[in-house]
Amino acid sequence: MAAVRSMNKMYGVCFRRMAGLKASRLLQHRAFRVGAVHRQEPFDSTLEKPQFPGASAEFVDHLEFIQPNVISGIPVYRVMDRQGNIINPSQDPQLSKEQVLNFYQKMTLLNTMDRILYESQRQGRISFYMTNYGEEGTHIGSAAALDPSDIVFGQYREAGVLMYRGFPLDMFMAQCYANADDLGKGRQMPVHYGSKDLNFVTISSPLATQIPQAAGAAYAVKRENMNRAVICYFGEGAASEGDAHAGFNFSATLECPLIFFCRNNGYAISTPTNEQYRGDGIAARGPGYGMLSIRVDGNDVFAVYNATKEARRRAVAENQPFLIEAMTYRIGHHSTSDDSSAYRSVDEVNYWDKQDHPISRLRHYMTARNWWSEDDERSWRKQSRKTVMEAFERAEKRLKPNPELMFTDVYQEMTPNLNKQRESMWRHMKQYKEHYPFDQYVK
Amino acid sequence: MASAARFFIRGAHSKLCITGIGSGTQSTFGATFLKLSPSSSSCTKTQRRHAAHFTFQPDPEPTQYGPTQKMNMFQSVTSALDHTLANDPTAVIFGEDVAFGGVFRCTVGLRDKYGKDRVFNTPLCEQGIVGFGIGAAVAGATAIAEIQFADYIYPAFDQIVNEAAKYRYRSGNLFDCGSLTIRAPWGCVGHGSLYHSQSPEAFFAHCPGIKVVIPRSPVQAKGLLLSCIADQNPCIFFEPKILYRAAVEQVPIEPYIIPLSQAEILQEGSDVTLVAWGHRKAIHLLKEVANMAQEKLGVSCELIDLQTILPWTLKTVCKSVVKTGRLLISHEAPITGGFAAEISASVQEECFLNLEAPISRVCGYDTPFPHIFEPFYIPDKWKCFDAIKKMISY
Repeated sequence: MAAVRSMNKMYGVCFRRMAGLKASRLLQHRAFRVGAVHRQEPFDSTLEKPQFPGASAEFVDHLEFIQPNVISGIPVYRVMDRQGNIINPSQDPQLSKEQVLNFYQKMTLLNTMDRILYESQRQGRISFYMTNYGEEGTHIGSAAALDPSDIVFGQYREAGVLMYRGFPLDMFMAQCYANADDLGKGRQMPVHYGSKDLNFVTISSPLATQIPQAAGAAYAVKRENMNRAVICYFGEGAASEGDAHAGFNFSATLECPLIFFCRNNGYAISTPTNEQYRGDGIAARGPGYGMLSIRVDGNDVFAVYNATKEARRRAVAENQPFLIEAMTYRIGHHSTSDDSSAYRSVDEVNYWDKQDHPISRLRHYMTARNWWSEDDERSWRKQSRKTVMEAFERAEKRLKPNPELMFTDVYQEMTPNLNKQRESMWRHMKQYKEHYPFDQYVK
Repeated sequence: MASAARFFIRGAHSKLCITGIGSGTQSTFGATFLKLSPSSSSCTKTQRRHAAHFTFQPDPEPTQYGPTQKMNMFQSVTSALDHTLANDPTAVIFGEDVAFGGVFRCTVGLRDKYGKDRVFNTPLCEQGIVGFGIGAAVAGATAIAEIQFADYIYPAFDQIVNEAAKYRYRSGNLFDCGSLTIRAPWGCVGHGSLYHSQSPEAFFAHCPGIKVVIPRSPVQAKGLLLSCIADQNPCIFFEPKILYRAAVEQVPIEPYIIPLSQAEILQEGSDVTLVAWGHRKAIHLLKEVANMAQEKLGVSCELIDLQTILPWTLKTVCKSVVKTGRLLISHEAPITGGFAAEISASVQEECFLNLEAPISRVCGYDTPFPHIFEPFYIPDKWKCFDAIKKMISY
């Protein structure tokens, strides 16, 4: 705990110093910043000090192992309590009514879409789905703190980021239905969204692969010198992959303007965190990589917003990575292929759903300010349900993409070999067309 | 373990650099080994024999690309990288130990010339290197990643196969990492044993979405590498490390492109088609085999360098087999699941009526690549010669 406190103090000093710098100077600093803290002390054999190149430290004359501090871990930053009251007014981001209403509407719209698409999977209308229950606050709070030009790399449970950036409901549905409107041309499983216009890099199933990729993108963005950052989302389970280690270490040594955003929701499918790691969560790993790190209450949209906003500001100004671990709870099943009651209690789920939910907490905040009433709630529920259902019905009626699209985009160009296979498929289809579902596909 | 082994070899090769710089002769490897182990003369002899299992014969000087300069293969690679950094401000080169010039000297001088934000070391982590390269390419940079030995590319297999290869396809062409090129030293080296000798091209040949390219000489290396870098698909460029110093020829000074997915006929013949790539290929080992076949058997061989493993072109090979009626494919990688199997099956399908004998594959055995047994392991000229003899009398 003491170590954590002194670390915070140190960060505090940095904050003030950075704030004093003029923006123009910050810009100059960007390209070739040499962070003094990252450098080892110069070699000087006259000093009675350790001269090992691998670390900068004093000698110690007694044997003592460093003890991991897991009982009293890195504290959870919080701005409002479960009733939506601001705890420390100095931390209130003072967002306007419009902004807060937008937060709330995006979170609840996502929630409504989740319910309808989850049900549609249960009815066999789409093949697969993953809900965002309980994690809506992490998406919206962080997305709102970013610049729209910042590149987003996600895992799969960050649909709220796209929602916040204005991804149309029709496009969400088109991807899940893999219909002819899908930007991804119907090639990936549902919830593997992507949008070039919104700088949201297409989701892929292999976990954590996006983490070192985000580091590379952040490096390229740094060289562009256009004041952009990269954010990379992942779950606490994915953080166990080797690629997470790679991404953390690369981004620190190569000084990348990058925010690592870990959604620690307690489970990786059925695996609880005590089978995932034995340290103090994910945030405690950050300092080991030389990375500024913080843990926030993921059900507090303002805490998420504040942390992301400050991390983004400093990542761009100082070209260094930040780690945010948002503590939350996965209220829904892992996916539609999972029944979570097989490994956790209903009581546990109910607590988070009923007593500590990001949506209800923000609603308390809004109600206390008379920004939101029961009537508003009823009419918004009705309206959002209607828009989602309309998009849903449009998507369902739409045909699937032309099977020709199975062969394009493997390479930028169509290779002779692939062209041969494409022609061979069509010859076959011509002869045996009654055995294939052609009526469902665009001609 | 892996990094310890690498360090050992690194040491050996930096010795090579010091003794071998500028000399670029065929005996560099043997001569260097002499310096490293002066006490054991029998060992030296053996090592010299390993390294010289073929003789590099330069291609005729290419005149179509302007003035040329004498270069060995690592110098022609440096030249290609130099052009890229000069002409493309987004281009970056990174990997383990590339900043000081690389353990094979391929990046010498580039950091001084273009800055440390463009030519830089990464932490020692292959999955990170390739993932980082993909990300840089996605964000619009030209990313040239180096994997120190092809043997150490497997930690990045997931990033290459599941990510790089599928980026464009899975996103409906919204995103791609087409400006990524991965370079890696490849193939046997005389004493590289299990983890400094491998030829992993067949693992990648099964992966739609990437290109796999292997040059045979300094001229091919520069032209093909510049093609890979310019190509809008992720490419793996395997550099036969035994040629880094051994192969010296006149290489055009200016940038030039040798197209991908095109095989090259190096010698016309009428009786047997020989197909290979990298240093094993026709102009080196198989050229000797062709000469032997001509002298001892009166057999005329047509030699083809495949150059691009994926996406490969069947046309040149089939046209040749239609003429000769016989095909021998040779590669250093193990035979089972090797790329010769793919060529063999495809040619059989296309040229069934023209084939006079079963297609012959002369490849490495289905064992790990051994240390002291290397002379017995590699599919050398005598093994190829014998296969031709049997094919002719079939």
